[in-house]
Amino acid sequence: MVHTWSSLISTLFLLLLCITGLPLIFHHEVDELLGYDPKPEIAQPGAVKRSIDEIARTALAHDPGRVLQYISWDKDEPNNVIAFTNNKVDGDPDAATLRAYDAHTAKPLGPVGGGPMLIFLKLHVDMFAGQPGKLFLGAMGFLFLVAIVSGVVLYWPFTRRLKFGTLRDKSRRIAWFDWHNLLGAVTIAWALVVGATGVINTLAEVMLGQWKANELADMVKPYAGKPPPVHLASLDTTLANAHKTAPGMNVSFVAFPGTPFTSSHHFAVFMRGDTPLTSRLLKPVLLDGETGEVSDARDLPVYLKALLVSQPLHFGDYGGMPLKIIWALLDVMTIVVIGSGLYLWIVKRRKHRSHAIAKQPSLQPAR
Amino acid sequence: MIDARKPRSSGNWLTVYGGPLLIGALSIAGLLSALLYEGLGRYFSWLTLGAPVALTAWFYARRKRQRF
Repeated sequence: MVHTWSSLISTLFLLLLCITGLPLIFHHEVDELLGYDPKPEIAQPGAVKRSIDEIARTALAHDPGRVLQYISWDKDEPNNVIAFTNNKVDGDPDAATLRAYDAHTAKPLGPVGGGPMLIFLKLHVDMFAGQPGKLFLGAMGFLFLVAIVSGVVLYWPFTRRLKFGTLRDKSRRIAWFDWHNLLGAVTIAWALVVGATGVINTLAEVMLGQWKANELADMVKPYAGKPPPVHLASLDTTLANAHKTAPGMNVSFVAFPGTPFTSSHHFAVFMRGDTPLTSRLLKPVLLDGETGEVSDARDLPVYLKALLVSQPLHFGDYGGMPLKIIWALLDVMTIVVIGSGLYLWIVKRRKHRSHAIAKQPSLQPAR
Repeated sequence: MIDARKPRSSGNWLTVYGGPLLIGALSIAGLLSALLYEGLGRYFSWLTLGAPVALTAWFYARRKRQRF
């Protein structure tokens, strides 16, 4: 019963998630192909990188009337400097414009993201329904986890007399039943991890709010009551100070004062390491918006670290192209599990109905 | 679901859950290895996470062979 209902309620949405998730595995490749992932020019040997202040000015000149929210550095393409502009510092994330600039020439390289992949992404993340949509999909993901666990429990009575990997073709129903069991059994661990990390990701905003209300509020206490900075400090000075505070780390992105990732007084520079794991574990350095002096740097709380580490485990983007292909195959196998489960339920129901007409008592779901 | 219960062996814990458990353990190891160890961990993850796909293909091929 638990297995039937937890799956049934979430089936449509899980199919949506699995199907939109499939192209998203190759997000990067598709964006590159369609020109939404601009590449920097090959730098001349000995070329010097432009100042970030200059790139920031270029970005603002490119989108007049807008303000900078973030500047980020692509991990795999360090010469790509990506500027996020919006109509105001805490503007709607959907209204943000992302443009890449060449680190050596400060030349605009073109918009980042957008295109068809953005539509898949929105469908996958919140079905264009904002935060409620996101939390709803999180709940569906949770039902998916319940369905998997209850499926493991049901696996025993249904397969205990069958050899692992039995695929019979006596009837269509038995064939799909065997496929449901086999594919479900071999993908369990992967599906649990991808499902659970997906659910964690739907809570990102909630976690960020928690961090801002506690840790961040505590860090910016000395600034309580002060007006926001009028004249912003030089970005180059700010970034150099952040580097000194977190030696050996690189800048992932800098959040401008007043954006959702920082306080209204501070730049927050998020530093990253360079291994697959430490590159996800960001360390924020808070710097005074007017002077660029470091005011505090603390590791993120455990729940945000868990969120950051859970992301690659959901995306499958941390083990090269072969891992992405495997991710896609496992996703297709999961689609078959969900589809065959739905089919088996429909067939069983139809059978019950015809039974019910013939003889009333067998209406109870058979186990 | 009726035909799933053939009166042969009653089945034991290991024959039912052994295979899926092994595949599951390998999958988890692969998911983590690529995250923790860049070079070798990556290759290991391809093998272990590819195992469910390969095993399924093998079962499918075996069934076809048995039929003809």
